[in-house]
Amino acid sequence: MIAIVDYGVGNLFSLKSSFAEIGADVTVTSDAEVIRAAEKIILPGVGAFGDAAEKLRQSGLDKVVIEETQKGKHLMGICLGMQLLFEKSFEYGENDGLGLIKGSVRPISDVIPKDLKIPHIGWNQLSFGKSKHPIFKYLDEGDCVYFVHSFYGAECDESVIATTEYGAALTAAVASANVCGCQFHPEKSGKAGLSILKAFCEL
Amino acid sequence: MITKRIIPCLDVKDGRVVKGVNFAGLSDVSSPVELGKYYSDCGADELVFYDITASSEGRALFTDILREVASTIFIPLTVGGGINTLEDFDRVLKCGADKVSVNSGAIRNPQLISEAAKRYGDQCVVISADVKRVDGVFRVFSKGGRENTGMEAVEWIRRCVGNGAGEVVLNSIDTDGVKRGFDLEMLEAVCNAVSVPVIASGGAGCIDDFKTLFKALPGVDAGLAASIFHFGEVKIPDLKRALAREGIPMRM
Repeated sequence: MIAIVDYGVGNLFSLKSSFAEIGADVTVTSDAEVIRAAEKIILPGVGAFGDAAEKLRQSGLDKVVIEETQKGKHLMGICLGMQLLFEKSFEYGENDGLGLIKGSVRPISDVIPKDLKIPHIGWNQLSFGKSKHPIFKYLDEGDCVYFVHSFYGAECDESVIATTEYGAALTAAVASANVCGCQFHPEKSGKAGLSILKAFCEL
Repeated sequence: MITKRIIPCLDVKDGRVVKGVNFAGLSDVSSPVELGKYYSDCGADELVFYDITASSEGRALFTDILREVASTIFIPLTVGGGINTLEDFDRVLKCGADKVSVNSGAIRNPQLISEAAKRYGDQCVVISADVKRVDGVFRVFSKGGRENTGMEAVEWIRRCVGNGAGEVVLNSIDTDGVKRGFDLEMLEAVCNAVSVPVIASGGAGCIDDFKTLFKALPGVDAGLAASIFHFGEVKIPDLKRALAREGIPMRM
């Protein structure tokens, strides 16, 4: 069973439907015991980093997620959920994340040309670099996924497993051991996105 | 590079997809669930659902259908029609919508956009404007294109974006249903005024109309159409291949 962590941020309807579509056994939960019993964990999230990090801490599920990943359980963060894996974020001040991925979250306006629109919203291509991470095993270089974000994972070179070009090579996905994260929305990325979730289930 | 989006729009009334010419004379086309799945499978980059139902029974039906659509397609879904309050935002977002498009509701209550943007984020709020030339001036129309609000359109759209709308759908009433191409003049005026994505709507009749749109106006992010897709006059895979051949970035 895969646990989608519900800590009161955002709408989990599409994520749940996506796992149902690929035939995965998935539960949306805020129950620590259910998360402990799960084989894999999904950390979702939309909105502002500070609010989400605070809600996750208040729920006490931050500790559960960290402990379970330390035991070797696979974890995938999605969108803001990916950003929460980082050590800290500079969205509206400075806030601490879970620290499971080395690096920080910074505004994309720091690195992209001024004439490009923010947020980076729409379908953009993935580039995998030298080797392809197992969650992308069903994808080809250049396949498109759906992005909506104004902040990106920075100072995380050793964890980057995919980038996307938007005036600069932005972090599209990261991984470190059994922890991974996607900046884009696999649950909104058509067949390509479903194949990433399927590959995650097969890890 | 970010791709240009092709977006089929489904007008839904009492649970069925309809499409009017110049917003009048509606005719039943198909089931929203079947049509949504069909478009998602054939490469549509996003779907827009407009609920043009007036009754509250129809609204409840629409919500059920929306939930069904959202659980079968896995591309971004924008919902509009009858969005007047934050509760309306909540209702459709809980059923799987990713973005909510406001039109008459924002005209009646301009604070709706800022309140919604604050609660759900700018990326969630789309301003949809029905615009028509009146004595050479772009005017905003409300109530499905029937009533001239007297407001100048570019200034109105600029204000909505300033209040937090993260995307603009510009429907030209002048070109809607005419099938002779998008309203480039109107679109250019809006693209020059705002820095958020602009979606062109109204007037597409053939593949060349999309080519002209994206070539003439690099600032336009997406092309939206309804009947030409519903009746198969333009097939989305053919359209996207043709645009890609022209060097326009497309998700294939």
